[in-house]
Order: sequence, then structure tokens, then C-alpha cells
Amino acid sequence: MTLLSVADLGVCLRGRDILRDVSFSIGEGELVGLIGPNGAGKTTLMRAVLGLLPYRGACSLAGLTPAQRARQVAWLPQSREIAWPVTVETVVMLGRTPHLGRTGAPDAADRERVDAALERMDLCGLRHRAATHLSGGEQARVLIARALAQDTPLLLADEPIAGLDPAHQIATMHTFAALAEQGRSVLVSMHDLGLAVRHCTRLILLGGGGLVADGPPAQVMTPERLSEVFGITAWYAQTDSGPVYQPLEVIE
Amino acid sequence: MRLTLILCLLTAALFVVSLVTGPADIGVMESLKALLWDDGGPVTLVMREIRLPRALLAAMIGASLGLAGAAMQGYLRNPLAEPGLIGVSGSAALGAILAMYTGAAAAFALALPLAALVGALVGVGLLVALAGPRGTSLTLILAGIAIAALAAAISSLVLNLSPNPYAANEIVFWMMGSLADRSMTHFWLALPFTLAGWALLAGLGRGLDALTLGEDAARAMGIGIDRLRLTVVLGTALVVGSATAVAGSIGFVGLVVPHILRPLVGAHPSRLLWASGLGGAAMVLAADIMVRVILPARDLKLGVLTALVGAPLFLHLILKLRRERI
Repeated sequence: MTLLSVADLGVCLRGRDILRDVSFSIGEGELVGLIGPNGAGKTTLMRAVLGLLPYRGACSLAGLTPAQRARQVAWLPQSREIAWPVTVETVVMLGRTPHLGRTGAPDAADRERVDAALERMDLCGLRHRAATHLSGGEQARVLIARALAQDTPLLLADEPIAGLDPAHQIATMHTFAALAEQGRSVLVSMHDLGLAVRHCTRLILLGGGGLVADGPPAQVMTPERLSEVFGITAWYAQTDSGPVYQPLEVIE
Repeated sequence: MRLTLILCLLTAALFVVSLVTGPADIGVMESLKALLWDDGGPVTLVMREIRLPRALLAAMIGASLGLAGAAMQGYLRNPLAEPGLIGVSGSAALGAILAMYTGAAAAFALALPLAALVGALVGVGLLVALAGPRGTSLTLILAGIAIAALAAAISSLVLNLSPNPYAANEIVFWMMGSLADRSMTHFWLALPFTLAGWALLAGLGRGLDALTLGEDAARAMGIGIDRLRLTVVLGTALVVGSATAVAGSIGFVGLVVPHILRPLVGAHPSRLLWASGLGGAAMVLAADIMVRVILPARDLKLGVLTALVGAPLFLHLILKLRRERI
């Protein structure tokens, strides 16, 4: 089943075309890496899909009410804002907002989901701490857990692993991969091309205001495209423990 | 839960103390008895016509200011926000000042609060028109500042042009905020607007909680931000407009009360709404008791006392916050 399909999507902000004619669809069980240089429109694409920005073209989520959409797709923004010193557990429980009944009180199932999300992001020891008192990387994990607790078929995550230590970066990618194995799908924007190649089942490359390539990582990350879109050279090898990808130099 | 109970008990106790406090020398039991059973004498008259409306108004206005303060801080995600920020208290005060200047206030008793309500209405109408149905929190703040500044400027102009020092004096004293000599009519006038405002603000909990993670995240969790903003504005305008109409400007309550209670509710914006409502009622009741106890002969103004107590309290909170940040 298709979880998200986008056709001829374009976004124009303050008279400037940010994105043009982007079309793709995401089915069940995919971990899709959204890559591209700064300003390529990764965040804009995700916000448009969520209905947070006006856009041209078609998106399969467009017909849903905000409440329906919130049960279909979770959004992890790049800005890691936590305005008040609430506990980690409270932040993660906010992910259950779209599922709560009229009273707004969480039930046992909600608490179970929150516990699972805390465990998944290695946060059980921090659950009663004030989220704002944690380190930046820990806060990032709290917000990922919040998005996991929303328990939606589709998750859009904007640079979720930026600022995490290597172990938690890899663990987070494993968490997303596990979601994909359950039949859910994740669209994750990232700048670490090495992790993208290793963990994603598919990559979407944005550049110059449009979609440059879409397919399995090995097909998308060709040396020509890298030099053209990112302006870099890179070292690529297929090893026993999977593909390894290391950016090397900027092309003058 | 325990906090709610404590605040309820505190508010109830202060309400009773407010009822038995006053210049008329009446015993505690005697005054409460006269309040409940009409003995046809002067004590019942004092209790029902002077002290009861005063205590009811203090509790109601305090709850309004606390609730609106918590809602504004929650919506703007800023602990320095307060209900006066949207300019409605300023425009309500301007309405009242115009009523005093034109002499309408002297013509019939309710002219002043009614004029203040009209002022509040004009203020909130301007605010919604300026900040737009799809504006951001920044446009709301800027529009609020503009309206507050304009209302303050026109108020100063009216003071400037006031025909004699007595008229100016009356206006200045009114602007300080007070609950002295208010009647049950004032209470009944403010009640419907206040209840409507409370109903709007009390329903904001879930949206304000979600806003903890920012506007984008809240919208993606199914929260209608535009509707939330309108509800905050209208709810605050209703409660603050009606409070200012009957009591003048009472500052610092909406700022300080949410601040004090925030750590006690785990910083939860939704829980803070209720706690601040109760805490605000307790604070204004306490302040209104103090003005009668400290200087019984001098008619100390309520707004002066809340500012005198609130400002140092606020400074203390800032210093505490600074220590925590290091």
C-alpha cells in the first residue's frame, strides 16, 4: 500500500521557487533517506507534504483533516524546541496527543507506547528528568522518542541524527530500520551520506530545486552525481559489513 | 491533585477572611451569620452590599488574571508574557477614562464599566484585524504593543486636557485599580463575560501542551494553531476586559502567579491553567485584604499593592532563574 504519494509538487516562497515538479511515492516498509546540499529544499518538501506550507501539485495527505493526518504521519522538526522544563516522559507523552480521547487523559495503551518509545531511544534512566536540563543530543533523542510514540504508519524526520554521538546515530538508524521492518515507513533527511548509504533502503536526492535521483543507494550515489550536486569526491566500497561511503574532497 | 486542593482551601479561607475584614467593627461569627440569614439590620446590609461583592470580585478577577496569564505564557512560550500584552486592559481603561472625562460616569453608575467594556471590544477588534486570522505570535505581540501604546497615549491626552485637577485626580486614582465601593451590580455585569472567557481559556490545555514543542510540531500533531490563537485572544480579552471594567488595572498578577506555580505543576501548561486560576484568586483576595489592613484609613489602591508585592517577587524569580542557568 502507498503511504505517501506526491505528484508535480512545487513550492514558491516569497516569490522564489524552492521546489519544482517533485514526484515520488513511498510504500510500506521503506526507510527513505532524503539527501541534498543545504538549501536544496529537503525541509521545505517535508513541510509542504505535511500541509505546513502552501504548495502546487498533488499530495496524498492533502484530503485529510489535521487530526486524521496526525494519526497517519508523525513529524520530527529540525528545530529542537522544548519550551518548558517538563519531564522527558511528559514530552514523549505529547506524541500521544492525536490519539487521546475527549478527556485528554492517557490510558494504559498510551503509557505502554510511551514506555516502548523511551526504551527504544535508551531514555529509561532519564524519564523523570527535566527535558530542558539534558544535553543537546539527549534532547534530540527525547524528541525522536516523542515522534515514535505518535505511532503512525509514516514518520517524517528532519535531520534527526545531527548532533548525536556515533553510537546513538547508528542506533537511531537501526530504530528506523526496525520500523520499516514492521511495515511502517520513514522519510529521513540527513547529511551523513555514509549512514544514509548503509542504512536506507532507498535514497531521494534533491538538488537545484528539484528531484535529481530516486532509487536504491548504490544507484543514486554515483560519482558523477556527487560531483554535480554536492561538488565533492568520495570513496566508496562494498565490504563484508555492507557498503562504506566516505566523502573526501571538495571539487575546486 | 494535592496542589489543587491546597489552592482551593487557601482561596476559600482567604475568601472568608476577606468577608470579615473591613472598617465596620463586626465580629467574625456575627458577620457570617448576618451574611447567611437576613436579620434586616445594618450588619446584613454591610455584608451583602459591601463585603460580599468585594470578595466575589476579588476572587473572580484574580482567577481571570491568573488564568489569562498562564494561557498567554503558554501560547507565546514565554514566561514574561502577561495578559496586558494584547492591549485589551489598556483599551478598556481608555473607555473608562473617556466615561469619566465626558461626565457620563457621574450620570449613571454603570456608565463607567460599560464604557470600559466597549473600549475592550474596540481593542480586541483592532487586534484581530491587525494580527490577522493567520498571523504569527510575533504579529500578535506587535499588534498588542501598538494598541496598548495608542490607548496609553490617548489616555494621557485625556488626562492632559482634563478640565480641572479633581477630574484628573479621579482618573488617576481609578487607573490604579481598586475593589472599594463596588456593588453586586458590578459583579453581575462582569460575570457573563468572565464565564465565557474562562470557558474559552479552560479548553486550551491540550493545544498549549503540544505547543511546548513549537508551532510546527503542534500543528503536525493535529492542533489548529490559528484557532488556538484566536481562542487565546478572545478568552483573554473577555476576562481582562471585564476585570478592568469593574476594577481598573491590576498588574503583576497574571505575570507572577503562573511564574510561582509553574515548578509546582511540573511546568505542564495545561495543569498550570487551573492552578494559576486558583492562585490568582488567592493572590488578589490576599492583596485586597492587605489594603484594608495596612492603611485602613487611606484607601490604599489594590493595583498599587499588587505591583509593590509583585515587582520584588518577580525580581527574586529572575535572580533564581539566573542562578539556575549558570
